[in-house]
Amino acid sequence: MDDKTILGLTALELGRAIKEGKTTSLEACKAYIEAIREEDKKYNSYVTVCEEQALAKAKEIDAKIASGAITSDLAGVPIAIKDNICTKGILTTCASKMLHNFIPPYDATVIKKLEEEGMVIIGKTNMDEFAMGSTTETSYHGATINPRGANRVPGGSSGGSAACVAANLAPIALGSDTGGSIRQPASFCGVTGLKPTYGTVSRYGLVAFASSLDQIGPISRDAMDAAAMYNIINGRDDRDQSSTDCNDVSLDNIKSFDVKGKKIGIPEQYFGEGIEPGVKDAVMKAVAYYESKGAIVEKFDMPIVDYAIPTYYIIACAEACSNLSRYDGIKYGFRPEDATDLTSVYIKSRSQGFGLEVKRRIMLGNFVLSSGYFDAYYNKALQAKSLIKDAFDKAFEKYDVIIGPVAPTTALEIGKSLSDPLKMYLGDICTVLVNIIGLPAISVPCGESDGLPVGMQIIGKPYDEEQILGFACNYQNGSKEA
Amino acid sequence: MKDYEMVIGLEVHCELQTATKIFCGCSTKFGGAPNTHVCEVCSGMPGTLPTLNKKVVEFAVKAGLALNCDITRKNKFDRKNYFYPDLPKAYQISQLYFPICRNGHVDVKTSEGMKSIGIHEIHMEEDAGKLVHDPVTGMTMVDFNRCGVPLLEIVSEPDFRSAEEVIAYLTKLRDTMQYLGVSDCKMQEGSMRADVNLSVRPVGQKEFGTRTEMKNIASFKAIERAIEYERDRQIDLIEEGGTVVQETRRWDDEKEYTYAMRSKENAQDYKYFPDPDLMPLEISEEYIENIRANLPEFADAKRERYVSQFGLPEYDAEIITGATTLVDVFETATEMTDQPKDVSNWIMTDLLKLCKDNHVAAEDMEFDGKKLGAIINLVNEGKVNRKTGRQVLEKCFTEDIDPAEYIEKNGLAQVSDTSAIEPVIKQVLDENPKPVSEFLAGSEKNFQFLVGQSMRALRGKADPQAVRTVLTKLLDEMR
Amino acid sequence: MEITQDLVRYLEALGRIELSPEEEVKTQKDLADILGYIDKLGELDTAGVEPLSHAAGRTNITREDVVINGDMQEQVLSNAPETKDGTILVPRTFD
Repeated sequence: MDDKTILGLTALELGRAIKEGKTTSLEACKAYIEAIREEDKKYNSYVTVCEEQALAKAKEIDAKIASGAITSDLAGVPIAIKDNICTKGILTTCASKMLHNFIPPYDATVIKKLEEEGMVIIGKTNMDEFAMGSTTETSYHGATINPRGANRVPGGSSGGSAACVAANLAPIALGSDTGGSIRQPASFCGVTGLKPTYGTVSRYGLVAFASSLDQIGPISRDAMDAAAMYNIINGRDDRDQSSTDCNDVSLDNIKSFDVKGKKIGIPEQYFGEGIEPGVKDAVMKAVAYYESKGAIVEKFDMPIVDYAIPTYYIIACAEACSNLSRYDGIKYGFRPEDATDLTSVYIKSRSQGFGLEVKRRIMLGNFVLSSGYFDAYYNKALQAKSLIKDAFDKAFEKYDVIIGPVAPTTALEIGKSLSDPLKMYLGDICTVLVNIIGLPAISVPCGESDGLPVGMQIIGKPYDEEQILGFACNYQNGSKEA
Repeated sequence: MKDYEMVIGLEVHCELQTATKIFCGCSTKFGGAPNTHVCEVCSGMPGTLPTLNKKVVEFAVKAGLALNCDITRKNKFDRKNYFYPDLPKAYQISQLYFPICRNGHVDVKTSEGMKSIGIHEIHMEEDAGKLVHDPVTGMTMVDFNRCGVPLLEIVSEPDFRSAEEVIAYLTKLRDTMQYLGVSDCKMQEGSMRADVNLSVRPVGQKEFGTRTEMKNIASFKAIERAIEYERDRQIDLIEEGGTVVQETRRWDDEKEYTYAMRSKENAQDYKYFPDPDLMPLEISEEYIENIRANLPEFADAKRERYVSQFGLPEYDAEIITGATTLVDVFETATEMTDQPKDVSNWIMTDLLKLCKDNHVAAEDMEFDGKKLGAIINLVNEGKVNRKTGRQVLEKCFTEDIDPAEYIEKNGLAQVSDTSAIEPVIKQVLDENPKPVSEFLAGSEKNFQFLVGQSMRALRGKADPQAVRTVLTKLLDEMR
Repeated sequence: MEITQDLVRYLEALGRIELSPEEEVKTQKDLADILGYIDKLGELDTAGVEPLSHAAGRTNITREDVVINGDMQEQVLSNAPETKDGTILVPRTFD
């Protein structure tokens, strides 16, 4: 099979081609690594390419597939991994100077799982430093460029994972989503991104940003690939006590999903001021498609959305300032040469090792947790969280899914966001609520606005991945037909 | 000078005797080469997560019930955030908002009678690592072996008014933990550590004075001295018109004084918040009652029972119940022999002497009570005499041997079969014609001499009673 | 909520961070903007609402007390900036 054909296949298609002997894992990995070498100069979506390991692994997998030892749908398929997921023996930098030389001595649980299924890691992808950002511009390795729009950001923080899938430099990738970090870059790059229910995928080995919000998920070319990947990575992990047993999704059910009679809720507040008309139009058109297929659509009021950003940033920054305290120059990572006393090891390592956005969030976190402010901010946010949960519980009594945009805008121009952090934070309005209470949500490409991709967000009840994937697949099948 | 009284509150940390650490599957074993009981979790690697050890919860509830606490039904773990090289995550997982035990009390015996000391709370938390100064590089060496060893922090109410009360409380606490089998409470190994909060006030004053905190004092004796020193220091200060500063002070045990630790230059705010990585813990009534029903008999009850049921002297009962190792030996051996007084005597005279000779504290002794039971049975059955029994005990104390086998192998069994000893005694009589003839002539004291000669010839293995019988018989035949 | 330079410096100290003078000026403004927006949360009526720390509702997830880890000294020290005799070296902590 020629390289171009290989690069054009979805992960499931490639897996099938390998199984049927039309190509091999080795051939596929070579094709991708070659393409990365050629093309990624333009995008900077990878920070590490694991050529040697990948080719050796691919040969091993090909032998196992030939002998029937591995039969998974995605066996032999290459995969790109966000650089905040620990890979034993492979640099895991979180796109930070702080961890520029960190080589984990252990594998994240998701890495173990996908390797057991015969997938091959071809590289680590770029991201915002410690996953803090919405543009992949805060990376220590330099910004990633959106393959779908010259001079545009790919979104973030999983910008590298979204960009490499969009640019056909990986058939599929893993990202992480704390406040939209899978869905928003998927939306900006015109690919599919699934943020699973909190707890369905082990966080063990995911470098923590905000522990109660972080979740690993796939970024893929379509919903079927996302579903197959979800089945590989989900499940209770003894090393993550917030993880839980959950059911695999049925690829057959998703493929033939019928939206007839399904109830879709559209929160008015997701289309409030600040949303670009082109984005609104594209999403409403997709909703109209569902209606045309027999779904029942209803707009509803969800005033709690107005408090999404404050609640999210308080919780996220509070947890982050604690999670990032371990980067102190003592045990691993960056320690400046001139740090000669203990205080300077701490202060210099952290001041020089972290970028400004990370420092800002650490300071915000310290503020909301410090004595005197704890009740007014952190505790208040936990109360708001309770009200957010009530609001969604109530909505899901009426609706099967909730649909809105992923982001109020399409991909922004490079260099235009970082100067005004508040404006950047406000761009997370549609994605963060899902993380606060752990719901599953998927970002599905739904057309363009001014030539840039728009993403529709489908939010489901906890553990209802099959339904949102079904909705996504139904739409993607429909748009293929059209 | 006015009369002053001290007000003291204690924070005691006990390391729990679990097999693994509180949040990972590393061993809690004391000692070991640096960083060999450490994994990616307890060394704070990026991406790792804590997993709660269920035994820690069980031990905490046990301790709480033994100290008459209410058990908190809905528990959470909180993060206590601070930077220090012995704390690899830069936060300690502890419990601030919902500690597992609250509102307990301990009754202690003092020279002025019984006194009840309130327990404010007990919470579960993880220990920190060890820092050692390296004189060669002038730097500090960090060892994470102790990181994550489970701790109970037992916080008392400020109920103590004297060092004596403090020591009585600590002793009681240690005994209780040991009886429960939840902590060995060895101060010298750091598995029991006490922080002392102390203030003074004129007698009759209601308000507390300003307190100082003395951290990690390493022995009961040092605690007693530190308290007395710090009391005098504060009183002198006040008498001279000064004021006590709220601060942390360290006790120097060699120079016998306390000094203020350098105050942290940097802002300190622990920023406690619930740890999102650990799920809340709900403790059921059933769980608590099950543990309550299985609590062991504690020292006080045991001591009384040993006196009333077994007739042990008060003193012996006190000594034996003072160490769980002795209790184990006593109860095991008594079970085997049904001779509690005998067992007690053996412990008091022989076992404790062996401890002393081998420089082992009774509480650290590793000795199986079954061996003592076996030896006592052998003596009481006349298989060996008491002297031999003592020798066997000595051997058993340092080596892992079976008493009966050892006696067999070394031919130490007492000879009480008269037919076996008769020829030997006959020969003794043949070799001692003069004492024999004198005895036959009426000199009774020569009988004792002949017994001694016979015992020697039998190398002490013979039952003295049997020797007498045979001697009498043979001498009668010669008349 | 007014964000003073003192507060900014206090937050730096809490986080063991030192900002450059320019960063400090910018951060003071950014924090003022962000907290100004976050203060909106004060308008939300939360009277009588229990703070919700763990949304998933799972409880009592524990592990058996069984040793699973052996000696991992090499892995644990593999990323340390400075080591000696199996320990990590840091500037002196003793007075």
